[in-house]
This record gives sequence, C-alpha cells and structure tokens, in this order.
Amino acid sequence: MIRQRANERVVITGMGVVCPLSNDVETFWQALLSCKSGIGKTTIFDASTYPTTFDAEVKNYDAAAYTKNPVLHQHANRGSSFAIGATVQACKQAGIEVEASEPTDGIDRNKLGIYIGAGEGSVDNDVFFAALVAGWDAQENKMDWGEWTKIASSRMDPMHELEQEANMPAAHIAMLTGARGPTRNCLTACAASTQAIGEAMTLIRRGDVDAMITGGAHSMIHPLGLTGFNRLTALSTRNDSPETASRPFSASRDGFILGEGAAIVILESLSSAKKRGVKILAEVTGYGSSADAFRVTDMHEEARGPIQAMNAALTDAGISYKDIDYISTHGTGTVENDSVETIAIKAVFKEKARKVPASSIKSMLGHLIAAAGAAELITCVLAIRDNIVPPTTNLTDPEPALDLDYVPNKPRKIPVNIVMSESFGFGGQNNVLIIKRF
Amino acid sequence: MNSARVVITGLGAISPLGLTVNDMWAGLCAGKCGITKITAFDPVGFNCKLAGQVPDYKIKDYVPKTYRKATKLMSRDIELAVIASKEAVVNSGLITKGIDSDNVNIEPTRTAINLGAGLISCDLEEIAPAVAKCVTDGKFDIHKWGKDGIEFITPLWLLKYLPNMLACHVGIIHDIQGPSNTITCAEASAHLSIGEAAEIIVRGDSDIALAGGAEAKVNPIVMIRQCLLKRATSENNDDPDRACRPFDADAKGSVFGEGAGVVVLENLDNANKRNAKILAEVVGIGQSNNINPAYERLEPDGKGVRIAIEKAMADAQIGIDDLDLIIPHGTGILADDLAEARAIEAALGQKAHKIPVWPIKSMVSNTGAASGALDIIAMVCAMKEGKIPAAKNFDRKTEGCNLNIVTQPQQGDIRYALCCSYTYCGQTAAIVLKSIKEETKS
Repeated sequence: MIRQRANERVVITGMGVVCPLSNDVETFWQALLSCKSGIGKTTIFDASTYPTTFDAEVKNYDAAAYTKNPVLHQHANRGSSFAIGATVQACKQAGIEVEASEPTDGIDRNKLGIYIGAGEGSVDNDVFFAALVAGWDAQENKMDWGEWTKIASSRMDPMHELEQEANMPAAHIAMLTGARGPTRNCLTACAASTQAIGEAMTLIRRGDVDAMITGGAHSMIHPLGLTGFNRLTALSTRNDSPETASRPFSASRDGFILGEGAAIVILESLSSAKKRGVKILAEVTGYGSSADAFRVTDMHEEARGPIQAMNAALTDAGISYKDIDYISTHGTGTVENDSVETIAIKAVFKEKARKVPASSIKSMLGHLIAAAGAAELITCVLAIRDNIVPPTTNLTDPEPALDLDYVPNKPRKIPVNIVMSESFGFGGQNNVLIIKRF
Repeated sequence: MNSARVVITGLGAISPLGLTVNDMWAGLCAGKCGITKITAFDPVGFNCKLAGQVPDYKIKDYVPKTYRKATKLMSRDIELAVIASKEAVVNSGLITKGIDSDNVNIEPTRTAINLGAGLISCDLEEIAPAVAKCVTDGKFDIHKWGKDGIEFITPLWLLKYLPNMLACHVGIIHDIQGPSNTITCAEASAHLSIGEAAEIIVRGDSDIALAGGAEAKVNPIVMIRQCLLKRATSENNDDPDRACRPFDADAKGSVFGEGAGVVVLENLDNANKRNAKILAEVVGIGQSNNINPAYERLEPDGKGVRIAIEKAMADAQIGIDDLDLIIPHGTGILADDLAEARAIEAALGQKAHKIPVWPIKSMVSNTGAASGALDIIAMVCAMKEGKIPAAKNFDRKTEGCNLNIVTQPQQGDIRYALCCSYTYCGQTAAIVLKSIKEETKS
C-alpha cells in the first residue's frame, strides 16, 4: 500500500545559490541586507531594441569549477549549469559527498531523492532562427519543410537539443551526487521551486527518503523568453534606470525584471540529520498548494487561490497566522500580483496584516522564474538565523491601497522565528511554505 | 497518520488509436497500429517520416460554451489534455462545473490535478513569417526582431507553451482548486504525476485527483530532435505498421506520437460513499534514477528501473507470484529495451520469465509525457476485461531479452499488474495496480 509510513520532521541542512547578486549564499545575503541590486543591461544577447533592455543576470560563474568531470556536464544549459554550482554548495554544507564512488557521509543513495522546480533551456538561437529564415516561403506563404530541415538537421547539436528538457538539472544533480531515490521535476511557472520543496518535504515526512536535494533552476533570458514576457507586458520597461526598475508594492511599479539562477536546499529527516550530526539550519513545517482555477491570463481578483494555499500551509504547520514573524512575498512588481497578494495577506492575517513585515527581495534580485521561490526560501532561513528581515527596495512612492508593512528600503532587526514564503505562478498556481527556527 | 487507499474511478485517453479509451482498447485488442506517415507537416529530409497522430477532432466540442474563446490560447498539448480529462471525468461519474454546472458533486478545494507535460515547442509556422521579416543580408537580425518582429507575435503567445497550462486549463474548466502540479520529466512524467497525485490523496490533502499526462510530439522540431538523438527509427518508412518493434530482434528505434491519458484517482472511502465504479487500486509506487554518462540512454543494466520496480513491489507488499501482467516502457530502441528487460529480470528473478509482458508502443507510438498514462490505462482495461491482447511486431526475441512477451491473446484474471517507466535524462518509475476483483476477495 502506498500508505504513509512515518511522520518525520523535516529540516534544512544545506543551501546553495547561483544568482544575479552572488554565487554563494553568504554574499547573496549580505548583498540583500546592503540593498544592492543585481539588475543591469542585458549582456547575454543583444536585446538593445526590445521593449525591455535590462535584466538580472548571473555573473562570473563557471560550472566547471564545481566538478571534477566538466566534460560530463559540458552541454548543460544555463539553468542546469547554475544548478550544478548550487547543488555542490548545498551538499558541501550538509556534508553530502559529491562525485564520490563510495560515499561515507551516512546517506544511503537509495534514500536520497531529487525534486527540482526547473525550467526548460533555451533553443539554440542561431540555428533556430536560421532554419526559420531558410524555411519560410514568403511567396507561397507557408513553410518549406525541406529547406527548414536542411539547416535544422545539419546544424542542430543533438546534446544541446536534449539539454533543453526541463528534467536536465535533475539529471546533472543525479550524476553529481549518485542519488537513486525518487526524482521529479515540476514546472508550475513562477511557483515551481516552492512547490518542488513542498513536495520534497512530504516525501521525507512519508518516510520514503532520508534526504532530498531540492530547489529550482531556470534562465529565460534569451530572445524567445524575452519576447514572450514582453508581449505579455509583464516586464518593466524602465530602461533608463534598471537598478530602480524593480518596484514591488510601489505606485509606479510597471512589471517584473527577468532574472535567472539556481537555488538548492538539502532537506533531511530530523532523525537522519541528528544521526549524521550535521548542523540544522531551520525546520520546514508547512506546505500549502492550490490553484485559482479562474483564468489563465489573470489572478482571481479576491485572491481565492493564494488565500487557500496560505491557510493550507498554516494548517499543515499546525500554527496560526498570529505566529508568523515575517512574510517573504512573491512581490513581483506587476500591478496585478502586488495588489492581489496584498488582498490575500489581509484576508489571512486579519488584524495582524499591517503589522507583520512582508517584503520582496525581487526588488534587488529580479525574478528568477522557476527558481525564485527556492532563492527566497534561503533568505527566510537566514532571516531566522540573524533575526533580520531583508527590505523591499525602491519603495519610495507607496500606493494607498497597498498599505502593509513591506519593510521599505532598509533591512530591519526583529526577532524572527517563523516565516511564510509565498510563490504564485501564471495560470493561477499558488504554493506556500512555512519554515521555523530549529 | 493517514492511511487512505487510492482507487482509480475514471479513465480518459486520446491516442493514435482513437479519441476515446474504448477506441484505444479496441485497437489494442485488434492489433491495430496507429502509426502512419506524418501528415501534420511534410517530413521531407527526416530520417523518420512516421508518427502516431490522433484522429481529427474539434476542440470546441470538448469545452463548455463559456470556455470556447479560451481555446485560442491552447497549444495542441493543451487540447489533448482537455479532451482526455473530459472523458475521464465523465467516466468517473463525477459532475464538475465543466460537465454540468448546476449539479456539481465535487468539492473543488478538495480536488487536485497533477499532469505530466512535455517540452512544448512553439508553432514554427506561426512564428516563421515574423522571423522572416527580420532579415539583413540573408541572416536573422535581432535588432529588427526586438524592434518590429515581436510585434507580430500575438500578446498571449507565451501562455500557449508553458507546460503548466495543461493543468491550468483543465483545472479552470472543471473548477479544480486543490493542489495543482505539472511534472516535466519527459517520458516518465505521467507515472510520476499519477504517483504524486496518489500521495496527495494518501496524505489527506485531496479526496479526488485528475492525473496523467499529455504531449503532442508531432512537431518538426520535436521530431527532429529524436532523429538527431538516434532514438527514432529510420527504417520501415514505407511500412508504418511494422516500424516500432519493442523487444524484437529487428527493433531499430522508436516512433513518436501524440496523445493524452488521464485517470481519476480517488480516496476509497470517497468512491464508496458515492457508489462509484471502481476500476483498480493503486497499491505500489516506486521511483528512482537512471545514472548514465550517456544520459540519452538507459544505463545498460537498467539499475534505476530495477530499483523503482523493487520499491513498487515492496510498497504493494506482494510477491512476484501475485503479478499477472507487466506493461513495460518498451520503446523499440534496442539498447533501452534490453536494459529494461535486464532490470525487470534483476528485480523479479527467474519468475520474470513467466509473467506475461505486453508492450503497446508498437501500436500507440511513443507519446512522451502521455506514454505512461496510456500504458496504465491499457493496464486497467486489461485487468477489467481479464484479457491481455498480443504484442505487435514482436516476431523474434532479441538476444539477451528473457521476458515472456505476449504473442497470443490471453484470458484470465489479472490480480496485480506492474507498469514500468523511465526516460532519457534519468527518472524512473513503477506502479503496481490491484484488480478490483481481488479487492472484493480481500
């Protein structure tokens, strides 16, 4: 029977990040507390004529520095390559050996699983566009597939094509760590990595595994990705001032900033962590998931789905909204998200809504899409560790209806013991996690 | 601690064998092949010119009137998921908002959805004219594209290709407000989705879940990838019926196709309370990882598949003698078929040589993220009917494969059945189902 076998407590024992603000956790955290911005002109490709000409890019990163076997990972797309670095960092902190033929870290590989919320990789842009140019027959107004195929079949690299699959980061992580436990990748848009971490937690609770390598990885900074988001008018077009463009909860907010990166955490059963004697960074105590089931284009006006997911997470953790010290918001900086999210927080937190600090690090980091929630979760752990909450920067012109405590413009020292982290995705995907001081 | 039992109460399938589960089952029983020459585009220059394509349909026939406008935002992958989901819901006897909004009998917040989806390619024919306008000296000019080209792209273009939109559209149509997830693990997606949906019911977060997978692989870029990776067969282009040959000595590769399979999973108590017709019980789930430096292939000893099977059998708490049917992933890629055969043997031992093994991709093609769901639906049909149809294109056992591939149709009770899955890039899964006849005995 697929019965629940256990009811294990789940703790975090390792964290790693590769993101626009830094390629290690501590520098990332210090950058957030110093209100630094990871946002700047697009350099990965020539976006100079797009409606949006800036983004949040990973800088000075080389995946080869993290592996003894770079050839094995040479075809990795940007998201996968970021996942490699973040995984190695997280494993190192958790005392999980990588690239070890016979690991001595006390983790049975059959009970080590992987659950990533990773996005797809970019198409091979040169070949993709060249094949379309060759294949389009303007006179006949249709594709000449013979001409398209000539370019596609001669110039496409099979491994580059394969590496676009969204399950590739998980494949690279498996090759690095030897994990043979349950392995999944979910892709629920901007809510993916929060969902991955939540589902990974349930696998440990059930007793299926002792530890999970989980989190997110994604880069949509490529010609088609930027096209898609620009056409949706989801991105800020404040091209003259990239560093102040991400304005969650401001009256002048005009969209999110496309970012990229990977964030990986090691979840472990409390008994395994204790047995191995590793440092416990925090405990994951609640997870809630829901769907708006409203429209694919818009969030439900009354925040039906987010409210349900937030309440489900609180119930799962066995706590009340009154116990939450800090909310890491989804806070994208789009007009719609920030309004609906504020409505949701008011509905769930009632009389406490204006008192609980609720900030958005996307103001500095940009939006890592599938990887966003995992990066934010890491900051929640650090907020608990250091009793300080990161700010929402660029919040100089509040909107009257958005009247919560968004921790404007500077970090705040307060006691932080229990945190709620929220992620919402296109199509009405809502996922919420609760983490707690251990 | 929860200990809910999870049963299957509804099936929906659209496949190259037809628009319904009955069409697929009848085709499988008749040894029909759904693979034909590609008609969706001209496959000139393709090594493999074959695919499993679903019969014509009108998507507007499958959505409520109020939702017809939204079909403009549906890629073919989404359409297939919507069609199979509708059949599964109707088949289960559940009444959702999308079936009859006045007589709904589900609790939307207690209902989950979990679908497997593929790497959805954009419609090349749609984007090509815009790209072709942005050319300087015969080459694509990104300056022109950023300035003018993208204006030709319809504003909501991206929403057609996000993999979670399958579950989102289905969820909106049927008003499913509980946990919603989309698993993107290529050919293992549907197994992982069904497994996760069962877990969600077991842990008490939902009473009912729609789970399965859908993918429309008959797109030039998707198909050429499989050709370049040498996973697609380049033989038998003139004889589509014989092209896909799982476990056969003449297997030369897989044939890819399109489809969707969706099952309704339900907490047993919930199903009993509403007197639902129970089709099978999900009793075992196992998942693992294939770790191979050549990650487009299964590792030669099939270790990741073996671990998944062993876990699923342990989960089901049954012996190997209890298994009366195995549906393998069986793609027709010789090295992968052999590795899977080794995995099944290693997991089940000598007894594996006697258990009937029925691969179906020779008939339904390899539908990627949908493939596992079609396999599981075929398995439920076989258990329900007490019948295992014959494998197709299995003429001569490939050396090294010691499985008992079914060459003649068989009748008889199927007490427990095992369905295996794996994918390029690693993930493996196995699911054990228990027949409902066995259920009434225990």
